[in-house]
Amino acid sequence: MDFGRISRRHLLQGGAALTLGAAAGVRPAFAADTTIGFIYVGSRDDYGYNQAHAQGAAALKKIPGLKVVEEEKVPETDAVEKTIESMINLDGATLLFPTSFGYYNPHMIKMANKYPKLRFEHCGGLWSDKDPKNAGSYFGYIDEAQYISGVVAGLTSKSSKLGFVAAKPIPQVLRNINAFELGAKSVNPKATTQVIFTGDWSMPVKEAEATNSLIDQGVDVLTCHVDGPKTMVENAARRGAFVCGYHVNQSPLAPKAYLTGAEWNWEALYPKFVKMIATGEGIPNFYRGGLKEEIVKTSPYGEAVSAEARKAADEAKAKFLSAEGFAIFKGGLVDNKGKTVIPAGTDRGQKDPELEKMDYLVEGVIGATS
Amino acid sequence: MADGSIGLWTVPLAVLGGAIRVSTPFLFVSLGECITERSGRINLGLEGTLVMGAMSAYGISYVTGSPWLGVLAAGITGALLGALHAGICSLPRVNDVAVGIALMLFGTGLAFYLGKPLIEPTAPRLPAIDFGWWSDVPQVRAALRVNVLFLIGVALAPILYWAFRTTRWGLLIRTAGESSDAARAMGHSVLLIRLRATMVGGFLAGIGGSFLSLFYPGSWNEGLSSGQGITAVALVIFARWDPLLCLWASLAFGGAAALGPALQSVGVTSGYHLFNAAPYILTLAIMIITCSPKRTLTGAPAELSITR
Repeated sequence: MDFGRISRRHLLQGGAALTLGAAAGVRPAFAADTTIGFIYVGSRDDYGYNQAHAQGAAALKKIPGLKVVEEEKVPETDAVEKTIESMINLDGATLLFPTSFGYYNPHMIKMANKYPKLRFEHCGGLWSDKDPKNAGSYFGYIDEAQYISGVVAGLTSKSSKLGFVAAKPIPQVLRNINAFELGAKSVNPKATTQVIFTGDWSMPVKEAEATNSLIDQGVDVLTCHVDGPKTMVENAARRGAFVCGYHVNQSPLAPKAYLTGAEWNWEALYPKFVKMIATGEGIPNFYRGGLKEEIVKTSPYGEAVSAEARKAADEAKAKFLSAEGFAIFKGGLVDNKGKTVIPAGTDRGQKDPELEKMDYLVEGVIGATS
Repeated sequence: MADGSIGLWTVPLAVLGGAIRVSTPFLFVSLGECITERSGRINLGLEGTLVMGAMSAYGISYVTGSPWLGVLAAGITGALLGALHAGICSLPRVNDVAVGIALMLFGTGLAFYLGKPLIEPTAPRLPAIDFGWWSDVPQVRAALRVNVLFLIGVALAPILYWAFRTTRWGLLIRTAGESSDAARAMGHSVLLIRLRATMVGGFLAGIGGSFLSLFYPGSWNEGLSSGQGITAVALVIFARWDPLLCLWASLAFGGAAALGPALQSVGVTSGYHLFNAAPYILTLAIMIITCSPKRTLTGAPAELSITR
């Protein structure tokens, strides 16, 4: 269905019927335009997390009948409630995307209770039955893309030593580190991943120091999970190491050193969300997906990626895309302290909520969570 | 070693490399603030100056293709912000600490606003001098890639130390800082001396900022400074307004910043938050040991609003 040809009236009717009517049981009066509000915790062009969301918002701007309002650098405090209020009351926003983790509880929940006729979509939160019905949370299994980065890294590294510059030891970050190592180990059993935690999401000097320290230890392929990977990518490339990107495609920063990367694909998901509203199908309150659902993607391979590595990575990708899927975290998984964290015989599929509580680093990762 | 790793040697090497790489902004800001405070005024706005310097250096380097013009632009921007601070403070009954805080917020805000289009492009960086040519260990060579600005900063510290003691303008600055009445009695304008001292201080802080964006970490983004400017202002008190001590303190802070990541990289992973906090713990400890309620800080200029 060509979305561009749906009349605005249709869209509004659909949206009204579903998000508002179904959720609150009332038929709301609708404004002439549908306005969508995006709230970012950092700068919209940070080559990272916020830029990925802004690219998704940009995809919505192209759809006729939709108006997008954005606000950057909104802290994860009461400030986000004020921003939401002003987007609703001044701009007439009816669909809101507060995109940062800390916005969810209590701020977005509070606003969703206060405005039961409007729809709130949060990135990264864990929606449960206790939360308001007009709120939802979505997230991508970007560890699938990190696994593929790990495959490429494991086959590109000469020293079999990989490095990971991470912000904080929270489940989403640990999942990425572990998936990267498991991907590398699947093709190169000797591969280890050394992790350095910088302590916060944006610490450019610490990130640069961490990058240099890892390379001093003989690491020759690096990736990261921080808000802006620019510092790591540029400093690693200057030292002659290879990098795998994160959040968005950073290959313009280091075309020779860039292998591949784990990227968000919000520009595919957000139009899909709007379409779901327009067709009356509605957005599920708890929405998750990976490569198959096109919520995450991998960057195109860089020139330094060998034919062998391309083949192995393509095969791994095909497994994720296959009908039966592929579990990264299989039974019999041992952490780096020697403890079995997933008992043999129980594979933890991507949607397993246990994985969203991850607090360990798998065997082969050098580092500790505390 | 065969696999290119140097094991535990990473830690001292990273601390040495960190002292060289990370210390330069601390050094320039603290030397600049040292001049300003010796004239009897505190400029807390240097955090904003540092960020503005970083932004303007990156922008000018990107537009003109010459990083050295960027350094110059950063210095001029810093001097202008210094003049603004001094100008406002020369009005009657104005508190320099409050103005400094206002200018800190103004400087960072303005830099973020003007710097928006500069986050994506890559500007030409300052060159490094390879002092590690004698070694065939790549890690040593990487640690000893030194930027000219660092060398200038290192040379500047003893020059300032000497200038404060022996040159005419050094003594004038100190007179203005110790007793404005004495300076006035000698026929000098205290406000003019402080204006110049604050502008020179801003100039140096701006250059410190250009190091951040043009050498290490080497690109412009909004989290670039992460409080280094304000740390450097505190460092001046820690160094007792002595330029030579500013140099050692900056090196210690730079090395301490590298300690956390380096220890993690060799496998000392417990308590990394504590190691990351090392510079601040160091400051607190020294402050507590050396302070006394019975007397003012030794070496503090008498006209400084915190000691008056």
